Amino acid sequence: MNVERVSAIVLREYYLVRGSPSRIVPLFAWVAVDIVLWGFITKYFNGITKNNINLSASILTAVLLWDFFMRIMQGVTMTFFEDVWSRNFLNYFATALSVSEYLSGLVISSFMMGLIGLFAMLILAIGFFGVSFFSLGLMIIPYLIILILFGFSLGILACAMVLRLGPATEWFVWPIPALIVPFAGVYYPISVLPPWMQYVSRALPPSYVFENLRLILIHKQTSGTLLLIGLGLSLFYIGFAAWIFNQTFKYALRTGLVARYIAESVT
Amino acid sequence: MELKHNEILSVSNLTKHYGSKIAVENISFNLSANEILGLLGPNGAGKTTTINMILGVLKPSSGHIQIENIDIEKDRKTALLSTNFAAVYSPLPGNLSIFQNLKVFGKIYGVKELDNRIDELLKEFHLENFRDTRVGTLSSGEQTRVSLAKALLNRPHLLLLDEPTASLDPSIAHEIRYIIKDFAKKNGTAILWTSHNMYEVEEICDRVLFLDQAKIIVEGNPKTLTQDYGQKTLEELFILLAQGGKNHEC
Repeated sequence: MNVERVSAIVLREYYLVRGSPSRIVPLFAWVAVDIVLWGFITKYFNGITKNNINLSASILTAVLLWDFFMRIMQGVTMTFFEDVWSRNFLNYFATALSVSEYLSGLVISSFMMGLIGLFAMLILAIGFFGVSFFSLGLMIIPYLIILILFGFSLGILACAMVLRLGPATEWFVWPIPALIVPFAGVYYPISVLPPWMQYVSRALPPSYVFENLRLILIHKQTSGTLLLIGLGLSLFYIGFAAWIFNQTFKYALRTGLVARYIAESVT
Repeated sequence: MELKHNEILSVSNLTKHYGSKIAVENISFNLSANEILGLLGPNGAGKTTTINMILGVLKPSSGHIQIENIDIEKDRKTALLSTNFAAVYSPLPGNLSIFQNLKVFGKIYGVKELDNRIDELLKEFHLENFRDTRVGTLSSGEQTRVSLAKALLNRPHLLLLDEPTASLDPSIAHEIRYIIKDFAKKNGTAILWTSHNMYEVEEICDRVLFLDQAKIIVEGNPKTLTQDYGQKTLEELFILLAQGGKNHEC
């Protein structure tokens, strides 16, 4: 792994973001909308429910973490799409740049953009609703690690799909978080789901994060076992995603997709 | 195929097929340091496919490619470190400035004293005034010059140029040919050059290969080949070979 080549991919993304307000605004805009929307919804529910559970803290923290996960995933895919849109694969892969260096560049760029979004979310959540996941203490670290790894995994898998099937399939990428959220237990415990959905939930690392989050915020307990399972699954998924991307890249080398990859091509 | 002392590129028995369609069939050639080899042929003859295989972005169906004694199949990274290319169908990202593009690709190629090298190339290709201009807003001729500046960034030992002067006016094209030839002479660079401009090929290439229907049909010195085939110009020879290439297989 050559650090300079990885830094080149990150530098390219930095140049793009720095020089383009249309890339900067989305880092904050949707985050702000989500926090404001869910902040007021939970504030309303807190007012009409009679139990002592702080819904604002529970749901808004979950929203913060889920938004962060989406930023990470979309950060990977957006960085990849920049190369799709600018037809840059031939320029990149006719160099010594390896697939692992390219993917590392994508995930580091995504991580940095995710942190910017997270910072904006925290300011809004603390400033307007007095909610911060810092109240979770050190437990926030494994939560973030699991979500980051799974965000990277889904992002890389989505990139592999677009590389294999063509740029037109980028529209399948955007709904992926929406397809996962019912199973991830972000807003409710997975025990409310029908059995078949619970099986799917257990295969998804975020469900272990959000189950654990509710344990802490509502029952003041935590489960190391749940987090270890979530972490193990995340590590499995990132290895799987990297393997799939690598296999797809080899296919693209055999078929000439890398060399001929243009915005209009769909195989 | 063994590389001789000063040979930069060795292509042996290279074949590429897509299902039943053969794009390149069993071609072999060598390219020495400080040599400019013209790869000629009608559209669809297999020139770009050959270049893509040498660049490691297309896997051959069979055959071997060695760059400075390194088999690209076995050690792609090392083989490509001292290689570079420019092609009209692969523009640099239009949403970055010239400087930003050269900075990013300079880091990918591991260029030492990168900022100085970028300044040198901007001056050489008369691009200083466009340093911070986005590539996508430049004219096609200016974009071609940026691509060529990128191609020389790492002072490559092997340079692949796919129709490098296609969108340049004759005056700029002449100057660019001079810059590239001078660069090759000073750095001992081997250049594989494709072009449909036969005047250019005669002027710049030491040797040419004619590809037709995926095969090499003629190889030789562009200045003597015309006499060998009883033609007045390379363009006439090109037309002759393209129309009846099968009769001239070597």
